[in-house]
Amino acid sequence: MATTLTPVLTDRWDASRSWTLDAYRKAGGYSALRTALAMDPADVLAAVKDSGLRGRGGAGFPTGMKWGFLPPPDGGPRYLVVNADESEPGTCKDIPLMMADPHLLIEGAIITSYAIGCHHAFIYLRGEVVHVYRRLLAAVAEAREAGLLGPDVAGSGYDLEITVHAGAGAYICGEETALLDSLEGRRGQPRLKPPFPAVAGLYGRPTVVNNVETIASVPSVVANGADWFRSMGTERSSGFGIFSLSGHVTRPGQYEAPLGITLRELLDMAGGIREGHELKFWTPGGSSTPLFTAEHLDVPLDYESVGAAGSMLGTRALQIFDETTCVVRAVSRWIDFYAHESCGKCTPCREGTYWMKLIYHRLEAGEGTQEDLATLLDVCDNILGRAFCALGDGATSPVTSSLKYFRDEYEAHVTGGGCPFDPVAAARFAYTPKGLVHA
Amino acid sequence: MTARTYEPYEGAKLERLEADAAAILARYPEHPRSGLLPLLHLVQSEDGFVSPDGIAFCARVLGLTTAEVSAVATFYTQFKRKPNGTYTVGVCTNTLCAIMGGDAIFDELAEHLGIGHDETTPDGAITLERIECNAACDYAPVMMVNWEFFDEQTPDSARDVVDRLRAGEPVAPTRGPAKVCTFKQVSRVLAGFPDGLADEGVSAGPASLAGLRLAREKGWRAPSGAGAEGATEAAVAGDTGLAAGRDSSVDTPTQPPSGGTADTKTRRKPSEEA
Repeated sequence: MATTLTPVLTDRWDASRSWTLDAYRKAGGYSALRTALAMDPADVLAAVKDSGLRGRGGAGFPTGMKWGFLPPPDGGPRYLVVNADESEPGTCKDIPLMMADPHLLIEGAIITSYAIGCHHAFIYLRGEVVHVYRRLLAAVAEAREAGLLGPDVAGSGYDLEITVHAGAGAYICGEETALLDSLEGRRGQPRLKPPFPAVAGLYGRPTVVNNVETIASVPSVVANGADWFRSMGTERSSGFGIFSLSGHVTRPGQYEAPLGITLRELLDMAGGIREGHELKFWTPGGSSTPLFTAEHLDVPLDYESVGAAGSMLGTRALQIFDETTCVVRAVSRWIDFYAHESCGKCTPCREGTYWMKLIYHRLEAGEGTQEDLATLLDVCDNILGRAFCALGDGATSPVTSSLKYFRDEYEAHVTGGGCPFDPVAAARFAYTPKGLVHA
Repeated sequence: MTARTYEPYEGAKLERLEADAAAILARYPEHPRSGLLPLLHLVQSEDGFVSPDGIAFCARVLGLTTAEVSAVATFYTQFKRKPNGTYTVGVCTNTLCAIMGGDAIFDELAEHLGIGHDETTPDGAITLERIECNAACDYAPVMMVNWEFFDEQTPDSARDVVDRLRAGEPVAPTRGPAKVCTFKQVSRVLAGFPDGLADEGVSAGPASLAGLRLAREKGWRAPSGAGAEGATEAAVAGDTGLAAGRDSSVDTPTQPPSGGTADTKTRRKPSEEA
């Protein structure tokens, strides 16, 4: 095996009471904070920039550069907002991280806040994970009690408050400007960019919005240096990341590895596709990234290679489906999701996802036509690049990629009067279908 | 906006809500409207849904119109527009969970409970929902009860859970506190008021640890860095109970940043290394 796992972010998850300050400190936690507080903030930023760390929330924007976009201090507030709204279908890395090791995120948030000159940071957590909220609230309280938050952080003279804020169920709030609107007590609808949040973000002030895993990577960069970070991964996709394997895999779960590992390597580690079956299609980075098939098993999972192969690394949410899975059913359900979660602000996304949903339901019911397949592509053409934010673009990914690789399967739904697959064969357990209609 | 004639709550309930609302707004200095989502969770913790009274209360507290508050409340799926059951049972029927068996689980519960999506049993115990991806795909198919994780469900296990909930028995999630709380109790936590249960339950479930366990078994680890020594020292410091903010051997970086640049070659190809 060429590549091995590199647990850094996941390294404390098996410790006893890993979520407590005591356990985190015993494992060396908050030593990076002391290192950072002894540095000039500009040097912390430089270390992150030099590490090549890129945003782990999907877009892969260079983190240090994002911080560097903040205008020079003008005496007014600047904010860090941690995007903990993890909701992209297939993505399941930040939630276990915050449940097992909330102090890692807190430490990363303090270091980042120090680097960018922020005195009030926010963690925007999706509301549907109440135990994670408990753990974050407890971690912030513990950190404050220990003098790691509040006035005079760890005796450094630097002041910081962190507020953990629970959302209330809306995928769109993972989009950074929609998140900011939501955090301001409004409907979670995206804002027109520019201005970008770095210039006018939360409350119209300079703001850095970063994903949980990005911020959680900061303490190790500060502790071990940029070269250490760059010793993992590839030249342009440096470091490690959590790869989340789900679906028809023998041992689904979280596998932390250098960027550039392949699905073939990860599947070897996870015991392969479930016994007696073979890989049919998979998402490299969540449902908004174009599907891959078995021909992409050896694509290095880094930003450049996945992009060159026609998809996106996204959140490394590897949803894996074997040959028992109907691709039309899979994409139909994703389109239900996008139609449900479209915020309604822009017409291409709101109308496009709605009409695609109707077409998919027709196809599944055996009432689709050849013309419907052309209409799907036409609708995608009208959404992609014309939607207000990335939600609409993302909705087109599974549609166009599945039509590219599995057009014959769509046509079988048209000519065969419905779905040729048995859903029971794809499930984890045996059952007798009740014949209810899913729409 | 103070000339409002209608005061939705009274007595002890009003006092309680006023105190809680003040605590929420204190989290957002100079920006009270940021407290609206927590306030709506708070209202649900009292009334079991976002009631018209609750909307009026939020509006008065924030100096908004009830239309402005309603516009926000109706945007988010966790805010309920009619009285919710004691337990929201949400079955993930997004693609991956649906295919792994979520559809079958939803059908089983719908038939067993005699209700459909977003409907509540006549005894007020269970509100059944199809939910979207809840970030636990490695445990598919997933069910959430009042937003606690019930991993790797089957139709039988899910039916057993709802039966026990309806019978008033304590039911433990797979990753979460020892016992599922009520919808109102959980809503209060989501408003930002801890219930003291953070220390219950596991750190991580088996799937979360799949990679880490393999790494431990094979002896795989990330390359050691400057921080590895710092970690050891910090562990010693932690053991001796050194107070935060005190000087210690870890106050000085063991190695300053090495000063690479964006163009620094990594000199390594991990994919070619054993």
